[in-house]
This record gives sequence, structure tokens and C-alpha cells, in this order.
Amino acid sequence: MYSNQEHIVADTLKQVAETAKKTDTSWIMHHVLDANEIDLTPFGIIHLPHINLFGLDISITKHVVFMWIAMLILIFVLRKVAKSYKNSFVPKGVTNLTETLILFVRDEIAKPTIGKGYENFLPYLLTVFFFILTCNFLGLIPYGSTATGNISVTATLATISFFVIQIGGIWKNGFFGYFKGLLPHGIPAWLIPIMFVVELLGLFTKPFALAIRLFANMTAGHIVILALIGLIFILHTYIVVPISIAFALFIFLLEILVALIQAYIFTMLSSLFIGMAVHQEH
Amino acid sequence: MKTLSYFLILAFSGGEHAGGGSPLDVNPGLILWTVVTFIFLLLILKKLAWKPILNSLNERENLIKESLEKAEVARKEAEKLIAENKLNMQKAEEEAQKIIEQSRDLAEKLKAQILDESKKTADKMLQDAKAEIERKNSEAFVKLKEQVADIAINAAEKILKENLDKNLQLKIVDKYLDEINKN
Repeated sequence: MYSNQEHIVADTLKQVAETAKKTDTSWIMHHVLDANEIDLTPFGIIHLPHINLFGLDISITKHVVFMWIAMLILIFVLRKVAKSYKNSFVPKGVTNLTETLILFVRDEIAKPTIGKGYENFLPYLLTVFFFILTCNFLGLIPYGSTATGNISVTATLATISFFVIQIGGIWKNGFFGYFKGLLPHGIPAWLIPIMFVVELLGLFTKPFALAIRLFANMTAGHIVILALIGLIFILHTYIVVPISIAFALFIFLLEILVALIQAYIFTMLSSLFIGMAVHQEH
Repeated sequence: MKTLSYFLILAFSGGEHAGGGSPLDVNPGLILWTVVTFIFLLLILKKLAWKPILNSLNERENLIKESLEKAEVARKEAEKLIAENKLNMQKAEEEAQKIIEQSRDLAEKLKAQILDESKKTADKMLQDAKAEIERKNSEAFVKLKEQVADIAINAAEKILKENLDKNLQLKIVDKYLDEINKN
């Protein structure tokens, strides 16, 4: 009896698997994944160059282009902001907006989590915050693509954070002092080897979590929006249109929030980890 | 086991069909570009944006802080001045009151003194006058006495000269003697 039921379940799953093979969902992935072209469909497709360096494929991909766009926007805007202070200390327009964010990173993120000596990490935290924020928002505009929705990008950013954290800790506490400080105070001697391994692993899980969190958040929102829109085409009916559009719009608004929150969380956690590495006594 | 294997098939078939890539694919080229882009951005922004912006913000914060502190100091000073002014005015009023009081006292005293003096002077004058009168009186009296004595002596002399008569003298002596005897 039991094996019969199992057969039925297996059969159903097999059917589903076969249908899944037939059902083409690549168009969703096409929007989310990296590519060697920029798809501006009604206006054409821009093919990006393939570059090989010592056998390593370093082609300029869509996400690289969008990172550069983010970079150019940031350089252009922030240079203007920096110059505007020469005329007047009273912020206006884009200066006002940027200043709010800068002060937020400085006073709400860096100052409370790092404390003394936070000024040294401020340029890094500000760059990370603005870079992630701009990349997140670039994914929300039409024809845009979310570089931060790519695990390679987020993992790299998290790795840079990892290095900043370790270098910050070593710079403040000395090489041996830093690794000694990883161990909690007052543990029995026989626990030290185990705790050391655990704490060492902890150093790596922190940036890993950073990378996964940002990547998953940025990708998930886009997939949900695309899936909701895709319902219209999969079900071949106009009835779902209002529902799909309403839900997609809702998710899109949520995405705006998520774009801000994820930039904040990445910066906040980086700052927190830097603070923990620099001031180990806490 | 079979069920599990089909689940795995399902999962993988989805992944394989997703346009020749999965979201979890790691692209070394992209990693390299991310590192390059990020480091470049960090360096450029540090020089172009963060330093001047943060400096300006600090400068502005200091300016605001200083201005506020200055304003506070100025306010305190003004308050102190007002209080001082009030105190001064009060003092001045008190002083004026005091001066008025004093002058009133002085006037009163002066009045009393003048009155006293004038009374004294008057008294003295009166006394003097009285003494003078007394003196004049007694003088007059003495003169009168002298004159009266003179007149009396003269008259007596005249009378004596006219009435010096032996008989009459005898008669008078007798009469006196009689009177003495009777007593």
C-alpha cells in the first residue's frame, strides 16, 4: 500500500519535472542574470566586448556596465555636492539629499557602532552605502539591471568588507592582539582551541551572510515582480491583469524600500563588525 | 529515496533550463571588475567627495556650535546687563529717595535751628532790652533820687532859711517834748 502511494507521488513528480522542462522560464532569468549584452529591445541590443586576460574571461558584462554607470553617477553627483559647499554652507537640492544620507551614515551608523576612530572607516562605509544604494536603484529603472543582484558582486563587496574588518582590527589591536582578542574572556583553557576555530569561522560567516543577504534580497524582488507580470502570459488571460499589475506595483514599491534598507543593512553590519573588531573589549 | 531523487531532478531541471545559468553562478571576471570598480570608486570619492564634504560638514557644525555658544554668551551678557541696569536704576531711585529724605531732614533741622536761633536772638534781645530798661530805670531812679534829694535839700534850705525863728523852734521842741511825755 505504502509503496503504491510512493509510486503515485513519484509519477506525479516526474510529470511535473517534465512539464517544468517544457515550460520556459528563461525570460525571468534573462532579466535577473548577468549577460554579455544590454537588451534595449525596441531599440536594439548592445553587444558588449569579450575580453580574455591570461585565459581568464574578463568580458565587460551588463552588470559591469551598470556598476560603471553607478560609479559615474556617484562621481558626478558627489563632486557637485562637494563643490556646492564652497559657495554656501546651506544645503540645497541634491546637496540636501546627499547630506542627509551622509549624515545618516556618519551619525547613525559609523559613530554609534565604531565609536572612537570612526573617521578612518567613514570613506569606506560611505562608498559602500552609496554604491550599493545606486546599484539597487539602477535595477528599478526601466532597462536597468541590478548589479547587486549578482552573487559575484555581493560576494566581492562582502570580501572587501571582510578585509576592511580584519585590517581594522589588526591595525588597532596588533596582529597577535587581534587574534587573542577573538577569544571570549574567562573560558576554560581546554575550550580555547575549539573556541578559536569557532570564532575564526565566525569571521568568515559574517561577510558570507552579508553577501547572501544583499544578493537574495535584490534578486528575489525582481523575480517576484517578473513572475507576477509573467502570470498574464502564462495563464493567457486578461482577467489576471489588474491583479498582476497591482501586486507587481506593490512589490515594486516594496523594492524601493528594500533597496534603501539593504544598502543600510550592508553598511550597518559592516560598520558593526568593524566596531567589534576594533574595540574587542565589548 | 525515489521521491527524493525526483525532487532533485525537478530542482536541477529548473536550474539547467534557466537560460544557461543560475543566479548562483560565480563569474571570476565580474569579481575582478567589481574589485577594480569599487576600489577605483573608493579612491576617487575619498579624494573628490568624502574629504571635502566631511570637512565642510565638520566646519559647518563647528560654525553652528560656535555661533550658538556665542549667542548664548551674548544672551547671558545681555541678561546680566539688563539685571545690572535694573539694579542701577533701583539704586539710583533709592539714592534719590535718600537724597530727598536727607534734604528734607536737613531743611527740617535748618528750620528748627533757624527758629531756635531766632527765638534765642529774640529772647536775648528781649533780655537785653529788659536789662537796658532796668539799667536805665535804675539810672533814672538814681538820678531822680539825686535830683529829689537836691530839690529837697534846696527846698529844705529855703524853708529853713524862711522859718528859722526862735519862738517857733521852742514851741516845736516843747510840743515834741510833750508828746514824749504823754507816751
